[in-house]
Order: sequence, then C-alpha cells, then structure tokens
Amino acid sequence: MELIQQLVNGVSLGSIYALIALGYTMVYGIVKLINFAHGDVFMVGSFVGFYAITVMDLSFIPALLLSMVTCAIFGVLIERIAYKPLRNATRIAALITAIGVSLLIENGLIYVRGAQPEAYPNNVLPMDKLDIFGVSISSQSILILSVSIILMIILQFVVHKTKIGKAMRAVSFDSEAAKLMGINVNNTISATFAIGSALAGAAGVIFGIYYIKIEPLMGVLPGLKAFVAAVLGGIGIIPGAMVGGLLLGIIEALVSAAGYSLWRDGVAFIVLIFILIFLPQGLFGKNRREKV
Amino acid sequence: MLKIEDINVYYGNIQALKGVTMDINEGEIVTLIGANGAGKSTLLKTISGLLKPKQGIVLFEGEPIGGKAAQSIVKMGISHVPEGRRVFANMTVAENLELGAYLRKDKNGIKKDIGKVYELFPRLLERIKQQAGTLSGGEQQMLAMGRALMAKPRLLLLDEPSMGLAPLLVKQIFNIIEEISEEGTTILLVEQNANLALSIADRAYVVETGRIVLSGKSEELTASEEIKQAYLGGH
Repeated sequence: MELIQQLVNGVSLGSIYALIALGYTMVYGIVKLINFAHGDVFMVGSFVGFYAITVMDLSFIPALLLSMVTCAIFGVLIERIAYKPLRNATRIAALITAIGVSLLIENGLIYVRGAQPEAYPNNVLPMDKLDIFGVSISSQSILILSVSIILMIILQFVVHKTKIGKAMRAVSFDSEAAKLMGINVNNTISATFAIGSALAGAAGVIFGIYYIKIEPLMGVLPGLKAFVAAVLGGIGIIPGAMVGGLLLGIIEALVSAAGYSLWRDGVAFIVLIFILIFLPQGLFGKNRREKV
Repeated sequence: MLKIEDINVYYGNIQALKGVTMDINEGEIVTLIGANGAGKSTLLKTISGLLKPKQGIVLFEGEPIGGKAAQSIVKMGISHVPEGRRVFANMTVAENLELGAYLRKDKNGIKKDIGKVYELFPRLLERIKQQAGTLSGGEQQMLAMGRALMAKPRLLLLDEPSMGLAPLLVKQIFNIIEEISEEGTTILLVEQNANLALSIADRAYVVETGRIVLSGKSEELTASEEIKQAYLGGH
C-alpha cells in the first residue's frame, strides 16, 4: 500500500514536471532554444497565485487563471525583449542570455520582496482523505492531477485543431516554408511562449498548493528537472514532455519509496546522463537523418 | 503585372543578384533558366519576400513589394513553391493544404478550392490522411503546388518543379502547370531542364552569375545557337 501511495505522489509531482516540461519543449521546438528562464516563470506564477489567494482573496480556479494570464504576458515580454533580438545570433549566445534572464528574474524578485519564503494557505482546496481500495489518497492530489490532465488535453486540442496550433507546428518544422504560407513567424513564436509560460504558471500554483512553501529560488530545481523530463521524452515533442514528466515523477517517488529519499534529486540527473548516452533523441524522438 | 528594376541582392557580403531587371505580364508563363548557383532561386525568394533587395524596385501590380514581409506579399497574391518542395512532413496532406489557405477567411471558398486541388491532383485525394513525409517525391511536388494554389495566387512562383522526378512524372507536372496557367494564373518558372521550360513558356530570361544575360520569346531562344550550346545540350 505504501508503494501505491508513493506512486500517487509520484504522479502528482510528475504532472507538475510535465506542465513545466511542455513549455521547454514547445519553445525548443520552435526556436531551438533551451529557455533556462522557464523555471523562473514557474516561480513567478507561484507567487502570482499566492498573492491572488491571500491578498485578492480569490479561490483556486480564478487564482490559477490569473497566474496563467500573467505568466503568458511575462513569457512574451521575455521573448520580445531578450530573445527576439538574438533570433539570428548563435545558439550559445541565446543560451547564455537565457541563463542571464533567469538570474535577473530570481534576483529581481528578491530585490523587490526579499528572499523570505511564503506559505500557501492550506484551505485553498478541500483536504479530504479518500479511501480507495485501502489506499488513502488526498482529494487534493486528485484535483491537481485532474487540472493537469485537463490543461494537457486543452493543449493537444490547441496544437492540433486550431489555426495558431497548426501555425506553431508549421513554424517549428520549417519556418521559411511557414512564411511562404503567410504565417507571421514572430507572432507564432510569441504565442508559443505565451502558451508554454501559462502552463508553467499553472504548475506554479499547483506546486504551491501541494507543497505549501514557495520562495524566489524555488524554480531552479523543478525547472532543471522539467528540462530533464523534456529531454527524456524527446525535446521538441509535446507528448514526450507529458510522458517524460510523469515518468520522472514516478521514478523519484519510487526512489523515495525504496528508502533513498536523499537520492531523489540526484536520480533525475542520472536519468539525464543515461538518456544522453543511450537514447539521445528521447523516448518519443525519431532518429532524423540530416538532409545533405 | 510584376516589374523588377535593377535590383541588387546580397547574402551577407556576397552579391547574388547584380542589377536584375525583368517583367512579367498577366497570363504569361515566364521561365528563368541558368546553371546552378546563377541566382534563379534568389530572385524568386526576393519576389516572395524571403530576401530583401538592397537596391532596386520590385513592383507587383504597381505597388512596391521589395522588402515587404513575406506574409503581406502572400496576401497580395504571390505564392512561392520553394525548391525542394518543403512540405510540412509532420502533417497530413489535408493539413498542408489548409495551411496554404492560412490567410483566407472564406471557409466555403477554401472548401471549394481544396476540392479543386484534389481534382487537379487526384493522387493527393487518395493520400488525404497520410503524413506528407511519407509521400513520394512527385506527390510531394503536387502537394507543394496544391498548397500554394490554396492561397489563390495571381502570380505563382515555381522553383525547380521537376527536380529529382522520373520523366513521366515530370511530364505530368508540366501538363498541370499549363493547366494552371490556362485557368488564368500567371507563372514564373525556374527550371534547370531548359528544353522543357522553354517548351511551355512564353518568354524566358537567361541568368548567369547573378545577371540577366539574355531574354526573349521562347521560340527565339530555343532557336539561338548560343542557348543551344550552353543550355539545351545542342551539338
């Protein structure tokens, strides 16, 4: 039973990784940039949700939506200000800029409000224990999981059925050919940042409710792990990010269950090393031949 | 319809087009012939807005388009079928065609035009749900052309439609190009197979190292000794 409970924890944690990993993978797919500031967008989303709940007295769903909208705008601003001028620069220049943006957001927030942590109130969501086949599962983790799954379904719908989603896929496959279709590549890239950042914002609120404590550097580790999840699933591939995130959460939970909880964080990076050695294209990646 | 005056186009410091001047009249098929690297594709890319001319004027129906964003040029009625087809391999045939109509809002018109494309290329209808990457080279060429037609262009730019295709397929593609032309679309065709290009074109320009070195009616050029020697494999 202990094992099943750990698995439930793993899936909840994994769905948070998955939501963040989606932003990494979508942005990589379209501009071939690992946006290392993405974990900090997640952190900002968590704080927006916190203030929405405590100061503005909003309930869960409005706070979640407010955080998503704020992060979407924030993500677009980051892209327009920091990355767009580097569109034709080398990839390493953009990567270093991303790290710079990350540090700027973290320390900017510390400068504005201080480094002290905050605690999410614990009455945002009902805290019932559900007894399912002898396993006690908190209603919170079920709600969190449902919200994540709903968001991922909406994302799949947007990417596959809407015009902007088709434009995103076209630009990520061949941006020049996309231009010839009349697609505005800059707007499509902005939309990608907006959607990815909104998902990170949602993940931030969910994280806060689940783990209570938030602080300005909270985005670093989940951000890196979500990056691992994106690589595990195959960077640039949306279903890969979902599966990679869930899988990583489950792996971590299992490591804890086996009694090695101190190794939890290390395991994610061991997974990264093994993936890069044995399956660099990721679980869902195809070995694409380079055209000569 | 299209008027290009003395344009210079650069890739970085390398000048790819040197003072090119040409024009295309409504309803014509005009072809650009010339060797690899002569600047034919560069010229098409400049017309469709992928490249910006450093100097010179590009006029489409009297309006300057040189340096405009590609999407506004598509909107004005110029579609470009790029070299190598560049279909969206990760999407289905139907999705590729929908993307061709990206800027259009008339749902019924789009539906009708998709039907027309399938009429023109029945092979695509058979493959409607297939990923474009799984199509053969000829089918991809058809898809790329169908996709471009979905934007309802008045001027269609075709870059090497015969590249890598079997002779029978090439013939088929060229018949369709003539059909498109007969329906009133003006065509600018870049082709390495000069014989074939001259056989369907009204006029031709010969491009060499970024310059137009010769131009005239197709029959005249076909008859010219110089052209025979250089481009038609004549003896």
